[in-house]
Amino acid sequence: MKAAVVVFPGSNCDRDLAVAFEQAGFDVSMVWHKDSALPEGVDIVGVPGGFSYGDYLRCGAIAAQSPICKAVVAHADRGGYAIGVCNGFQILTETGVLPGALLRNAGLKYICRTVDLKVATSESVFTQGYNAGDVIGVPIAHHDGNYFADAETVKALQDQDRVAFTYTNNPNGSVADIAGILSDNRRVLGMMPHPERAADEGHGGTDGTAVFRALAGMVTAA
Amino acid sequence: MKARVHVMLKNGVLDPQGEAVRHALGALGFDKVEGVRQGKVIDLDLADGATEADVTAMCEKLLANTVIESYSIELQ
Repeated sequence: MKAAVVVFPGSNCDRDLAVAFEQAGFDVSMVWHKDSALPEGVDIVGVPGGFSYGDYLRCGAIAAQSPICKAVVAHADRGGYAIGVCNGFQILTETGVLPGALLRNAGLKYICRTVDLKVATSESVFTQGYNAGDVIGVPIAHHDGNYFADAETVKALQDQDRVAFTYTNNPNGSVADIAGILSDNRRVLGMMPHPERAADEGHGGTDGTAVFRALAGMVTAA
Repeated sequence: MKARVHVMLKNGVLDPQGEAVRHALGALGFDKVEGVRQGKVIDLDLADGATEADVTAMCEKLLANTVIESYSIELQ
């Protein structure tokens, strides 16, 4: 089982994400933003949180144009698995792999605390370790986590059961309380909360572990 | 040639920064401000032969995120 974690200038959750994959049994390669290809046989790609390229222009906008992101998009287009957390979610929306965009938090403040998430669907490789309706505690740490998509897109996400997680008490103004969404083939997850920061007793909670544990043995290279 | 690109959040997309500026203006006593929208201005120095179509392509691919933003181009 092989995972690759992308590292951009300004990434700061890359190591946490790698550790979470390792704890679930993956061999992890770190991939630099200037690389133009993923390692052979990668089963899943992790796009980590942080402030890639200093969040210049828009969060994730410059990262989305990087050589490695072209390889990540090609991987997703081939049906490959990927997870983008926080800045990684912003990057995946900027590439068009996931719909919508992340706006400045409605309250304008950077928010860093553990929030309750409702598991909106267990019908994905990422969320199958939970039951739909479970409430889990996962940290958020973002300034631009206010998920926005037009009404038609939100309806499509809901109708197709592609909302993965919702906030029980919306912290940032996200439309329909959306905290995480799935791609149309359900193989790419983007979410603002950090499951990799709730994956060890030392974190103060392990509610995020199930995301990574569920991936083990379920994802295959594309 | 120079081009100036204006990027604004689309109408209907909440602009919390604009709202904060509106509140601050109100607090300063400017009570006739009914709305504030904040955007970006990007100035481009372009080589000879560049066209408005090129700038449009730049906006569509990078300078604006058309999911949430609209843009306008001024050639100077």
